[in-house]
Amino acid sequence: MGALLFISSGLFLGWSLGANDAANLFGTAVSTKMVKFSTAAIIISVFVIIGAVVGGAGTTETLGTLGAINTLPGAFVVALAAGITVYLMTSYELPVSTTQSIVGAIIGWNIFSGYDTQFDVLSKIVGTWVFSPILSAIFAIIFFKIAQYLINNFKIHLIKVDMYTRFGLILVGAFGAYSLGANNIANVMGVFTQTSTLGSLKIGPLTLSNTQTLFLLGGIAISVGVFTYSKRVMTTVGRSIFKISPVASLIVVLSSSTVLFVFASEGLQSILLTLGLPTFPLVPVSGSQAVVGAVMGIGLAKGGRNVNYKLLGKIGMGWIFTPLLALLISYIALFFMQNVFMHQVYL
Amino acid sequence: MKKFVFNKSQELQKDINEYLDTVEEGFLLFKRDINRYFNGHFDLFEDDLDDILDVENKADELLKDIKYKLYTYMLLPEARGDVLSLLENMDNEVDLCKKVLMQFSIEKPVIKDFVKNEFKDLAKQSLNSAEEVVKGMRAYFEEISMVSDYVNKVHFYEHEADKIEERIKRKVFNSKEFEEFSKKVHLRHFAERLAYFSDLAEEISEQLSVAAIKRTV
Repeated sequence: MGALLFISSGLFLGWSLGANDAANLFGTAVSTKMVKFSTAAIIISVFVIIGAVVGGAGTTETLGTLGAINTLPGAFVVALAAGITVYLMTSYELPVSTTQSIVGAIIGWNIFSGYDTQFDVLSKIVGTWVFSPILSAIFAIIFFKIAQYLINNFKIHLIKVDMYTRFGLILVGAFGAYSLGANNIANVMGVFTQTSTLGSLKIGPLTLSNTQTLFLLGGIAISVGVFTYSKRVMTTVGRSIFKISPVASLIVVLSSSTVLFVFASEGLQSILLTLGLPTFPLVPVSGSQAVVGAVMGIGLAKGGRNVNYKLLGKIGMGWIFTPLLALLISYIALFFMQNVFMHQVYL
Repeated sequence: MKKFVFNKSQELQKDINEYLDTVEEGFLLFKRDINRYFNGHFDLFEDDLDDILDVENKADELLKDIKYKLYTYMLLPEARGDVLSLLENMDNEVDLCKKVLMQFSIEKPVIKDFVKNEFKDLAKQSLNSAEEVVKGMRAYFEEISMVSDYVNKVHFYEHEADKIEERIKRKVFNSKEFEEFSKKVHLRHFAERLAYFSDLAEEISEQLSVAAIKRTV
C-alpha cells in the first residue's frame, strides 16, 4: 500500500500522458468523426498497455543509466517534480514534453544526492530530442510522397479512399498507441524500477515481472487519462492546432509513431546490429514534438507551406527550459522530502 | 464494424455512379427530344415527354438516398459538403432539361429555317458542356488528375455556346421574317434557356476545380 502511495506521482504522470499525448494518435480521426471516441479510447488503452508491458524495457534502461534512483520517496519526488513541470508549462501554453521533464528531474536527483550524471548518456538523450522531430519530418515527407503518388495516379474512388483512410487511422492509431506505451512508459514508471516492491503478477498463463507489473499499472494510468480527459484534447488537436485532412493525419500519426517505435524497439536494434547497420538509441522521445515534426514535414513536401517557425523556436526553447525547471523543482522538493518530511531520498 | 462501413461505402459508390448515369441519361433524352422538335416531329416529341419526367424523379430519389447515407453513416466527413453541393448542382441541370422541354411543349416557339441550324448547334454545344462536367465529376471521384482536362472542355463549349447564342439573337432581331416583335423576344428567351445549360455547367466546373484541389493530397 505504501509503495502504491509513492508511485502515485508516476500514475499522475501516466494520467497526464494519456490525457494529452494519446490525443495526437486519434485527434483528427475523432474530431472529423471518422472514428468514434469510444473505439479510439479502447484501441489506445489496449495497445498502450501491451506496448508498455512488452516493449518498455529498452528506454527504461537508458533512463536508469542516467540516474538510478534508489529510494521510493526519491522516485516519488522525481516523478512529482516532472508532473508539476508538465502542469506549469501546460498552464502557460508552452509546448512541453514529459520526457524532458523527467530527465531534468532525474538530474536534479543526481545533483541532490551527489551522484555523477553520465554526460555521454545525457548527450545521447538530448541529441535524440533534436533528431526525433527531424526524423519524423523525413518519414512524413516519404509517406506523403507515397500517398500522393497513389491517390493522384491510381483510379481509387473517393469513397474507397475514405474507407481505406478510416481503417488506416485505426491501424496506425493502434501502432501509435503501442509505440507510445513502449517508448514513454519509461517517463512514467522508469524511476520506480530500482525500488518497486510490487512483486510479480500472474494473469492466467502470463507471469509479469516486478517491472512489468509496474508498467502495467502505468499503462492503466495512461488508459484512465485517455478515458477521462483526452476527448476534449482530441477535439482541440483535430480542430485547431493541427487542422489537417484525414489522409494527412494518417501520415502524421504513422510518421510520429514510427519515430517512437524506432527509439523504443529492442527487436529493431538487434536486427540493425545483426546487419551491421547503425542503431537507434533506446531513448524516450516526445510524441507531441514528433507530431509537430511530421506536420512540418508535410508542409515542406507541399512546397514549404504551413511551416510554423515560431512553433519550432518554442520547441527549441522547451528543450532547454523544461529540464531546467524540472531540475529546480526536483532539487527543492527533494530537500523538503529529506529535511521536512524526513524520508530518505537517496542511499 | 469493418463489414458495415465496407457495405455502406460500396452502396454509396454504386448510388453515386447510378446518379451520374441518370444525369447523363437526362441529357441524352433532352438531345433526342429537342432534335425531334427542331426537325418538326412534334407528335413524337409530345409522346415521349414523360421520359424526362421519370429520369428527373429518379435523379431526385437517388440524390435523397445519397444524402441520407452520407449523413447517417458519417461517410466522407471532409469532402461531404463539396460532394453534396456538386451533386445538387448537377440535379439543377436535369431539372433544366425537364423545364426547357416543358416550355417548348407549352409555348411552342416557332423556329424558322434561317436560325434552325444555329438553334441545333446551340443545343449541341451547350449540352456538350454539361456532359463534360459530368465526366469531370466522375474524374473527381475516380481519377483526380483528369478533372482539369474536363474543366477546360467545359469552358471551351460554354464559350462556343455563348457565341452561338449571340449569333442567334443578332439574326433574329435583324430579321424581316417576323412581323411581331414578341416572337423575336420569344426566340431570344429560348436561346437563353438553351445556353443556360453551359452557364450552369461552367459554374459547376469552377466549384469542381476547387473541390479537386482540396481532394488532391
